[in-house]
Amino acid sequence: MSEFFAMGGYGAYIWPSYALAFIILVANIVAPMLQRKKTVTDIARKIRRARNAQT
Amino acid sequence: MIIRFFHKMGSPRYFYNVAGKMIPWFMTSFLILLLAGLYYGLFDSPPDYQQKESVRIMYIHVPAAWMSMFIYVVMAVSGLISLVWRIKMTEIFVISSATVGASFTFLALATGSLWGKPMWGTWWVWDARLTSELILLFLYLGIIALHSAIEDKRVAARAVSILALVGVVNIPIIHYSVEWWNTLHQTASVTKFDKPSMDISMLIPLLLMALSFKLYYAAVVLMRARAELLERDRNTRWVVEMVEEQAK
Repeated sequence: MSEFFAMGGYGAYIWPSYALAFIILVANIVAPMLQRKKTVTDIARKIRRARNAQT
Repeated sequence: MIIRFFHKMGSPRYFYNVAGKMIPWFMTSFLILLLAGLYYGLFDSPPDYQQKESVRIMYIHVPAAWMSMFIYVVMAVSGLISLVWRIKMTEIFVISSATVGASFTFLALATGSLWGKPMWGTWWVWDARLTSELILLFLYLGIIALHSAIEDKRVAARAVSILALVGVVNIPIIHYSVEWWNTLHQTASVTKFDKPSMDISMLIPLLLMALSFKLYYAAVVLMRARAELLERDRNTRWVVEMVEEQAK
């Protein structure tokens, strides 16, 4: 197992590459999800405020 | 039928709904191919005869570099369509692609650096391949900055599309840089007219990862486009109706 992580001495270069790829891939999925959610709550708040102003 | 599909996709509401249905499919197929690619790349492929185990960085580096150029071309074509026909949906595609493209370009440069250190003995050299890829990153960042600097999003889209089109000249430069100049970076092993000079045991994980990254881009660009569209259309009737429907 530790032999696998050592990668013949290149583990210090290989694993950061894979970790960075993982972080970047996840970030690009999470960012648009949060952006869309924020926009939806903003719009919902605006609608509620407009409706309250009418009554 | 295809023409009718594209015509319908021009309608924001229809695009928003259809894209929402397509994303899980792209995501699932991306994950399946990614896991297969990681399995072959990390467990079931041999070390290189010269580069030993360090060759496993290739399964991230090369697909990321391919994506950096592929996404740029998609972005530039969307930009051209936006400029000629003024289609709002392709305008949104330009800016949605830019962030994903910048991410892949950064990943290609960073993993290249991590590969360069043990193989070349340096994190960075100013050779033609590395420099032209760095220019690509600056082009992406320039496009993102320009887009956020202009308040009117239709005007911003036009400016960004022109920049994307001008920058397309860099793509063949990146690809042929290893042939035109004497670079430290090696020449192409797969993307050439000759048959790939790579063993099938390494070609399989490489192509699996490349395909999984393409599917990932498809999923993520649609997610970005939906978020961007919602933001832009926030005062239109279809968005208000949809949000009201969800609030019930």
